Amino acid sequence: MHTETAGTGQPGHLYGMMAEFDDPDSLLYAAWRARSEGYRNMDAYTPMPVEGLAEAIGFQSDWVQRLVFAGGLCGAAGGFLLCWWMSVVAYPHNVGGRPLNSWPAYVPITFEVMVLVSCITAVVAMLALNGLPEPYHPVFNVEEFARASRDKFFLCIEASDTKFDLNATRNFLQSLNPREVMEVAT
Amino acid sequence: MPDKPESSSAITLDPGPDKIIGSGHDYGTVTDKIGGVVFRPFENTPRQLFLGFAVAFLLVNLFLVAVTWLFVRGVGVWGIMIPVAWGFAIVNFVWWIGIGHAGTLISAILLLLKQDWRTSINRFSEAMTLFAVACAGMFPILHLGRPWLAYWLIPYPNTMWMWPQPRSPLVWDVFAVSTYATVSFLFWFTGLIPDFATMRDKAGNRVAQKIFGLLAMGWRGSAKHWARYQKAYLLLAGLSTPLVVSVHSVVSFDFSVAILPGWHTTIFPPYFVAGAIYSGFAMVLTLAIPVRRWYHLEDLITMRHIECMSKVMLGTGLIVAYGYGMEAFMAWYSGNRYERYAFVNRAWEGGYWWTYWLLILCNILIPQMLWSRRVRLSVPLVFFISLIVNVGMWLERFVIVVTSLTRDFVPSSWGMYYPTVWDWSTYAGTIGVFLSLMFLFIRGVPAISIFEMREVVHHTGPHVDHGPATEPTHAH
Repeated sequence: MHTETAGTGQPGHLYGMMAEFDDPDSLLYAAWRARSEGYRNMDAYTPMPVEGLAEAIGFQSDWVQRLVFAGGLCGAAGGFLLCWWMSVVAYPHNVGGRPLNSWPAYVPITFEVMVLVSCITAVVAMLALNGLPEPYHPVFNVEEFARASRDKFFLCIEASDTKFDLNATRNFLQSLNPREVMEVAT
Repeated sequence: MPDKPESSSAITLDPGPDKIIGSGHDYGTVTDKIGGVVFRPFENTPRQLFLGFAVAFLLVNLFLVAVTWLFVRGVGVWGIMIPVAWGFAIVNFVWWIGIGHAGTLISAILLLLKQDWRTSINRFSEAMTLFAVACAGMFPILHLGRPWLAYWLIPYPNTMWMWPQPRSPLVWDVFAVSTYATVSFLFWFTGLIPDFATMRDKAGNRVAQKIFGLLAMGWRGSAKHWARYQKAYLLLAGLSTPLVVSVHSVVSFDFSVAILPGWHTTIFPPYFVAGAIYSGFAMVLTLAIPVRRWYHLEDLITMRHIECMSKVMLGTGLIVAYGYGMEAFMAWYSGNRYERYAFVNRAWEGGYWWTYWLLILCNILIPQMLWSRRVRLSVPLVFFISLIVNVGMWLERFVIVVTSLTRDFVPSSWGMYYPTVWDWSTYAGTIGVFLSLMFLFIRGVPAISIFEMREVVHHTGPHVDHGPATEPTHAH
């Protein structure tokens, strides 16, 4: 277990302090400990979704589902209005004496447009709220971080946290039994 | 960071029909194994893949020739005429789009049902969906007569002040198929983002790193990102589930809304959807069985996957059989002479009676072998049955489209349809397009979802723990 000194050691040049773990459970425990220690600005990095990790670092957001719901409503309304406008207003056409606003026939298009708009919203909202695409991020300065997409689990306490202190935070992370503790340069 | 040596080692043994993953896998080994398929040096690509691609690419060229000829001479180069104006183009359209349905079923519906065996085949079948829908979508456009005016299908403000007719199933089809293609792509691409990040971090050369880096869009596996990602993914699955049912239902409306005997039945939507899943699972098996062998993926696509897929095939095949039975029953029970005649014509009087019985053989009789566990666990037999079902489902579309059209209400307008060499070339050509895209996909993109396999490792495996001993966790 050694400590890398990547930046100049000054908190101003630091993005945060990062600890590496072998398995999701140790990371989950570490995240929970960090939060109960009073740290707020932190993030965990894992090669796959880990249940309960977002809650452990105190993150909660329901904007994706809200936006998808709104998108679905807009899509359904738009799909129906398109059909209605095409056959009642723009191009009225008598088909077998049926009423122009024969709404049951609009249901399939209404449904399809609803699904289309909600799905596009889901993906775009997920990416936008996550701030992706993001060409640069400080965590990639840590060489070992390449394993975050492979088999290792990382916790990063950010320097912007009011409780962040170079030595205290490093000692705290060391106490969690990580494989390694690393400084993350900005 | 010194990367671990590729640990494709000795773990190529099939763990048997009860396991969804071979023993001894940890997060790193599944990553290496699946990523290794893509990062394998070009000259080490399995020979069968080169050979397969060569054949498929020849067919792509045949397709280009056929389409060029079609553009030059018009749809008259095909065998279509009056009364059979729909011919191969629509047969193939329905067949391809049906094949696509298994991909969405595996990735969305089985995800919602928490079927753990879906994980190692979902990426693969999503790609299959995407390419099958691409092939399907080409046919109605080629069939338009003036394919360069295909944009007229879409409602857009134009100087003619004309609009599509939203009360017609053919217009519903435009919306259903284009939505399906878009959503399938989004689903597939969203699933790939974390794996692109893995490939970016694993890439040995700058070019691969740049390409995968661009596609990963800076994904770094943040817990906050994963939380939103999982919500979006689940919503996509939830929305795709009714979508996939709606798409083939709308395709069946193209037929059942028409008054033609043989088409005008209420059983079409459920029977089309079941048939779609049936043919789709057959195609997944047809593709997965050789690939798992060429790349030695027997420990990731295990016998359990093959057995589960065989069972789904058997189940949906029985629903399809019920559909055939119901058609025959209604022909008699309705007392409608046209309905009755349509069936008699289909089964023995018309010139295509043999296609009907071949269809019964391929879709109903032969797949009954799957009741036996011995058959389900025999890879060559399952592969054989999957090919038979693919043929059978194509015949089903042929019987529905062509046989019904040859006998109109008025005997003076009866006629036989004979496909020309250009019909066959276009059809074989799309098979080439489909297979070429599949081969390129397998070579260039992780064909099994790596991050989801890590979850499988986490849930099933006693994985090798080489870290410092930690205290009992989960303090909360």
